[in-house]
Amino acid sequence: MRHCAVIGVGQSRHAARRDDVSLAGLVREAVDRALSDAALTLEDIDAVVLGKAPDMFEGVMMPELYLADCLGAGGKPLLRVHTAGSVGGSTAIMAVNLIRAGIHARVLAVAFEKQSESDAMWALSPKYPFQPPLLAGAGGYFAPLVRAYIRRSGAPPDIGVRVAVKDRKHALLNPYAHLHLRDISTEAVANSAMIWDPLRYLETCPSSDGACAMVLTNDEAARRVPGPVAWVRATSMRSEPTMFAGRDQVNPQAGRDCAAALYKLAGITSPRREVDVAELYVPFSWFEPMWLENLGFAERDEGWRMTADGATELGGSLPVNPSGGVLSTNPIGASGMLRFAEAALQVRGLAGAHQVDGAKVALGHAYGGGSQFFSMWIVARQQL
Amino acid sequence: MMAAREVAIVAFAQSPSVRREWARDDVELLLPVIQDALSQAGVRKEEIGFTASGSSDFVTGLPFSFVLALDAVGACPAIEETHVEMDGAWALYEACVRLSLGDVDTALVYAFGRSSLGEPRDVLGMQLDPYYVAPLAPDAISLAALQARALLDSGRATERALAEVAARSRRNARSNPNAQLSGDMVPETLLEAPYFIAPLRRHDCPPISDGAVAMVLAVGDKARAASSRPAWIRGVDHRIEPHGLGMRDLTRSPSTALAAANAGVAQGKVDVAELHAPFTHQELILREALGLDGDVDINPSGGALAANPLMSAGLIRIGEAALRIMNGSAHRAVAHATSGPCLQQNLVCVLEADS
Repeated sequence: MRHCAVIGVGQSRHAARRDDVSLAGLVREAVDRALSDAALTLEDIDAVVLGKAPDMFEGVMMPELYLADCLGAGGKPLLRVHTAGSVGGSTAIMAVNLIRAGIHARVLAVAFEKQSESDAMWALSPKYPFQPPLLAGAGGYFAPLVRAYIRRSGAPPDIGVRVAVKDRKHALLNPYAHLHLRDISTEAVANSAMIWDPLRYLETCPSSDGACAMVLTNDEAARRVPGPVAWVRATSMRSEPTMFAGRDQVNPQAGRDCAAALYKLAGITSPRREVDVAELYVPFSWFEPMWLENLGFAERDEGWRMTADGATELGGSLPVNPSGGVLSTNPIGASGMLRFAEAALQVRGLAGAHQVDGAKVALGHAYGGGSQFFSMWIVARQQL
Repeated sequence: MMAAREVAIVAFAQSPSVRREWARDDVELLLPVIQDALSQAGVRKEEIGFTASGSSDFVTGLPFSFVLALDAVGACPAIEETHVEMDGAWALYEACVRLSLGDVDTALVYAFGRSSLGEPRDVLGMQLDPYYVAPLAPDAISLAALQARALLDSGRATERALAEVAARSRRNARSNPNAQLSGDMVPETLLEAPYFIAPLRRHDCPPISDGAVAMVLAVGDKARAASSRPAWIRGVDHRIEPHGLGMRDLTRSPSTALAAANAGVAQGKVDVAELHAPFTHQELILREALGLDGDVDINPSGGALAANPLMSAGLIRIGEAALRIMNGSAHRAVAHATSGPCLQQNLVCVLEADS
């Protein structure tokens, strides 16, 4: 198996509505920045992997067909991945596999969502036959899981507020973040409207228009790059069904298995000590402590203590979402890739004002469906 | 792509294609097919190292339609699994890539499409450029008719040649228990039928089909253990063309030709070819792009003109080609899948028996 490295990262300006660009324009904004970062052009790319969440968000069926022109994909292989919210991560992993298998030398991974062209609340409330119509958007699905977490962990009620304030403060350091809430405060979050009890308005992710792109290459090509690269140490994916008897949706087995496989492949025995920074898919504030446990950074029911202790803030012992995370920027199809890409920026030392000092090993994490699809990677400054 | 390891198809199962699957949902449609494929390969679900599927939300009319389909796999405990919003043929490509990495030896690939839930010719129109083309509301059959007209005008095909493709497809389908349309037809009679959307007649177009398909892939000795005559994937490649209909010569398929060259189609005699040509004229374009001569047995299953479950029909072509290898009726086969308006994206797969 060959080594694989990220040599280019790009993202678009994110906003609630990008009326100034078409779908193709939005995607190209991220692609052009990734290519420029990698000092390559579209002609240098051997294959493209495109990911996004449901086509109904933009009302374009299989948009990779229309986007082939703007991606310069004519005459090249183009794959379209869709694994719900985890798709940005799965898309990157597909690109990694193409490099590792030795099929291509330079692969462009792209993910996007232009949520303003649809009504996400509607699109995220599917009416399946024979299922109770309880799904009021993603928050409607996840709020009961958060309540279950609070009950069983005994976490104090302000943990969600702390995560929301922290991530929004981090976002102020990230020029690409969608939300720049300069007057964010504990009071502002705690007094915001209750949307899905116990999740308040400011504990909830925004709907964003945005795109992310990465250029991945093999060992040989990566060594010719003058700047720092992010070596992909390990990737892993796991899926489990939405419902089965005894499923723990608060701390899903699929996520624990995915993390265990990831650490094993990356040679990590103590994630809490060996991972310097983590970009986790936290669309609702309380998912930070939940995922800290699921990912093995904390014992079961203890994840909230890391949040309460400030360990997950920039400057803490394990900064989580220094970019501002999904709580600050959420173009759904791209959100997972943004986590992966931000992890790569951190180990390359290119994260700007939200850079974690001396970050050598970073985790990128994405999840989707009813907390059932997981994709993760570990990137590092050095090859394993 | 030539896989770094020897990868073979060792089992193939499909549901009969029907005009409308009334009684079963996606999971119920997939369950027996997946069970059948696993049992043919003699593999328990726990032994599958990688699972990939293909389907489309627009076909089902629901966002995240693939999510519940995972129930059909019994993914508990959790599995390594992914999904392409494409025909299942591309899920097979992804599985080949994954198997090349060396740490996983078997893969399950499946696809499903219940086209009857919508009006496919209008649904497929939603694939078009959303700003300049889709608002004009051209439907998929009208676009195919445009392509057929261009081919007829080029002088490289006649309406009779199109009718011959339809007649042969329906005749071949008589021996395929999973086909939806079959019959003993002659081109002369077909040419008497009125135009549907000129120059296409109804028999030049695919039926609306519901169906599902599953396959098991394995490497090296695992494949030999699972099948007495595995269908080895000697090469597989896929290429896309620009989307704009004015940016390409609709009478040719350069992406198919390029994929065929990369997959190594010309590196041996082809006994049988399963081409994903939902319209009669597209078979003629594909045969030329693939460089298939007259003695190749084309679409012995009846092809997409006899059964066309969206997102599954391409993977079924690969399965039907593999079946010919596995049952000993062919030594070397070519399978093809297409996606997008007027053959925009194409995948070519070369299958061989052990020599």
